[in-house]
Amino acid sequence: MSRPAHRKPEYHKINKDLFVLTYGALVAQLCKDYEKDEDVNKYLDKMGYGIGTRLVEDFLARSCVRRCHSYSEITDIIAQVAFKMYLGITPSVTCNNSSRTEFSLILDKNPLVEFVEELPAGRSSLCYCNLLCGIIRGALEMVHLAADVTFLQDRLKGDRVTEIGITFLRKLDEKKYRRKK
Amino acid sequence: MTVHNLYLFDRNGVCLHYSEWHRKKQAGIPKEEEYKLMYGMLFSIRSFVSKMSPLDMYAESEEMPRKDGFLAFQTSRYKLHYYETPTGIKVVMNTDLGVGPIRDVLHHIYSALYVELVVKNPLCPLGQTVQSELFRSRLDSYVRSLPFFSARAG
Repeated sequence: MSRPAHRKPEYHKINKDLFVLTYGALVAQLCKDYEKDEDVNKYLDKMGYGIGTRLVEDFLARSCVRRCHSYSEITDIIAQVAFKMYLGITPSVTCNNSSRTEFSLILDKNPLVEFVEELPAGRSSLCYCNLLCGIIRGALEMVHLAADVTFLQDRLKGDRVTEIGITFLRKLDEKKYRRKK
Repeated sequence: MTVHNLYLFDRNGVCLHYSEWHRKKQAGIPKEEEYKLMYGMLFSIRSFVSKMSPLDMYAESEEMPRKDGFLAFQTSRYKLHYYETPTGIKVVMNTDLGVGPIRDVLHHIYSALYVELVVKNPLCPLGQTVQSELFRSRLDSYVRSLPFFSARAG
């Protein structure tokens, strides 16, 4: 009796420019829909959150990472495995506080902004890649970790590097399913 | 050798999917009660197993990359296999006693079926029973193609 081959599902790759330009079109449309930068940032984060809650399942299915025992391990995995898998880049990780709950991902290459020279006039506080923050936040929440994820520095705003800050908050409890009486 | 049935739960205890192939005896309670009972039992066993473990749970050894507790239990008639992801998705399969460890099978059900067909489908809402007919039929063909599945319950 032959064992059926457990073929890995084929992961379709798409053209990078198509992806980058689609993201740009998304941000441009949000800018048309909302006047205030805070609103655009908020909706990018919200969309990212929805993506992250599902993306994490794909990530776990494909990467078979071991269970992590510390926040720094988790941040390393986000930078070295997840970013590599989905964006093809590997940001470097730094720890920002002694209790090891605040970390930064330093991106020196960011494919999403490849065609963006500078932020449009009147949009100086737009976080162009805020989708990424929402994705990380949504993904972490699905593995029972609450975190604040924001851009600390942004090359598009004139900073030297692009830096995403992840602050781990308390661990979310697994709620036992309660019987409805 | 055969597969009796399969449950799929999410992190809140919602039964996402249930299929049976060879089940001669029903539990005698409504299906909703049965799912709650199964989930509650699994939740309790998981915490029991880690609490009562005489060894440190998180060994750093490379041979068992995912040493995370409860794997299976067996009775004199059947064996229950368990697989859980860090996001709380639980795959539970009851087989007969001749079947060895099938973590890779349960992982395949998670990764190639649940993730590919349900999670990645934006029209499939999460957190409720999977309505996708494609998922149901692919899962059925996959289980029927397993080497330890025989059409005749043995």
